[in-house]
Amino acid sequence: MAIGTDPRSEDRIPVIYDRSHPGRRGVRLPAPDVPPLDEAALLGPALQRTAPLGLPEVAESDVVRHYTGLSQLNYGVDTGFYPLGSCTMKYNPKVNEWVAALPGFSRVHPLQPEETIPGLLELMASMERILAEISGMDAVTLQPAAGAQGEFTGVLLMRALIRARGEERHTLIVPDSAHGTNPATAAMAGYRVAVVPSNARGGVDLAALKGLLNSDTAGLMLTNPNTLGLFEDEILEIAEAVHAAGGLLYYDGANANAILGEVRPGDMGFDVVHLNLHKTFSTPHGGGGPGSGPVGVKAVLEPFLPGPRLQRDASGRLTWDHQRPQSIGKVRSYYGNVGIVLRALAYILSHGPEGLRDVAHTAVLNANYLRARLADRYPTRYDRSVMHELVLTLAGQKVRGASALDVAKRLIDYGVYPPTVYFPLVVKEALMVEPTETESKETLDRFADTLAAIDREIEEAPELLHDAPHATPVRRLNEAEAARRPRIRWAPPADPSGGPAAP
Amino acid sequence: MATGSVLDDRWYTAEHEWIAADGTVGVTDHAQDALGDVVFLELPEVGRHVERGAVFGVVESVKSVSDLFSPVTGTVAAVNKAVKDQPELVNQDPYGRGWLVRIDTDDQLQAGGHLLDAAGYRELPT
Repeated sequence: MAIGTDPRSEDRIPVIYDRSHPGRRGVRLPAPDVPPLDEAALLGPALQRTAPLGLPEVAESDVVRHYTGLSQLNYGVDTGFYPLGSCTMKYNPKVNEWVAALPGFSRVHPLQPEETIPGLLELMASMERILAEISGMDAVTLQPAAGAQGEFTGVLLMRALIRARGEERHTLIVPDSAHGTNPATAAMAGYRVAVVPSNARGGVDLAALKGLLNSDTAGLMLTNPNTLGLFEDEILEIAEAVHAAGGLLYYDGANANAILGEVRPGDMGFDVVHLNLHKTFSTPHGGGGPGSGPVGVKAVLEPFLPGPRLQRDASGRLTWDHQRPQSIGKVRSYYGNVGIVLRALAYILSHGPEGLRDVAHTAVLNANYLRARLADRYPTRYDRSVMHELVLTLAGQKVRGASALDVAKRLIDYGVYPPTVYFPLVVKEALMVEPTETESKETLDRFADTLAAIDREIEEAPELLHDAPHATPVRRLNEAEAARRPRIRWAPPADPSGGPAAP
Repeated sequence: MATGSVLDDRWYTAEHEWIAADGTVGVTDHAQDALGDVVFLELPEVGRHVERGAVFGVVESVKSVSDLFSPVTGTVAAVNKAVKDQPELVNQDPYGRGWLVRIDTDDQLQAGGHLLDAAGYRELPT
């Protein structure tokens, strides 16, 4: 597709209306062989449309070429490197897709009788057991459809247990480096949010945490390793303190990629955990999803899990148990995103226990390799080895005239997908990097060389950064203007001659 | 250290709000630079009671969403309507046309307690 050749378009992606031509159509239907209905008589004039619909008038080939053209503008994990791997997209092995597409899985209906899908139920039960083992929990629900929904489910489970104990607790504690979903989830579940600051090493300040804990504390939400890629090495003391105050520990599994097979949230003292199958277990996300956020719990929380639950009857057959009097209720229609669960199960079984441990080891090794390669130009805020990810601070570059945003945009010109910038907020001019286990040393070296080259450009050719990206279908978007005065609806050009049909 | 310009005729909070002698409140040059392009402001109604150190509004930029903390206790006497429609005024003129609210207060405007003078704000670790 030739972008920018349309005389009406200036630096804009074409819309299907650009191809519209009066009278053109994809399919011509024969004249009806039954008498037409009198719409006006049937509906009355109030319900009858008088203005034309303004739909694009295009042939099938126009539609195919337009949308194929758009698809070719995409950058994907199948075309290049994503430096913020699992958060944006970790490579999706194709065997996962083969499994999920098998007709026995892809052609079942959620309302079909359970005795007709014993194989699928067995796989779902296996997945519950496997995720429980990986996370060190006693029971798992596969129902939540995303990480954030898993979080919400987990916090509702905590609330249900606290209420069942006859207690009133109104505060959930989150670290200042937490994912934004943590305080949002707490607020959605009706909790007040208390923020515990980071200590000098980038972890939870234990003394400050103890100062926040009291009889109003429902629990602590924690990601370990945290968003800075730093392992909370005082986690056992943290867990003990929270439990001593009568609170529960919630594990945000967003960073579980770093710990697979090495350490389990359940063994660290967590009571509830969600896992992002679309991150850790390589299923699609970032617009290509859907996601899946199974939740694991310790036995004490099991009665509250969303129903129905899989159970084995006397003959050993799996059935759905709908009799769950203490359940918080359904959180998703039917049984969750089953196709995604199957993909993740394929990923887990194709690696095996040792393979999953290798995933974590390689992810951590890759992150630390990049940290060492980048350290002289792009330091991290805390001088510690990291787990699966690192947060660079571009405060030095900012002083020299290029912001984290400029560097990220310039990466696009080098064929690299720009990672998250300005998060977490505790790091100035933050740029997050998570190479994941799937990238080769050559890819990592190319990325480090690219960042070094961009760093040199700050003095040599600063306009290359400020105006980046240069080689994309659209140039740098005005993010502020897009947020202040968004233009989200296409309108026909003022002069209809040669233009599309006016709606 | 707080970067950007710091005016001598204002008092400051550690959260980067300023207040002038007439009770006008805004965010500092350092704050607008750190926030990046401001795209939305949530400001209180005239007549609302605000507490010193408590949240009185929200500022959203392309980078983040941050609470605004009141430098004093008092009543909102005026709200800058222009800045609601043109949040970029906060970036362009944080000490002038980008003001946010004016608060009627009986609090003494002096360094110490919640407020810093210009010298104190310049030295603030950030």
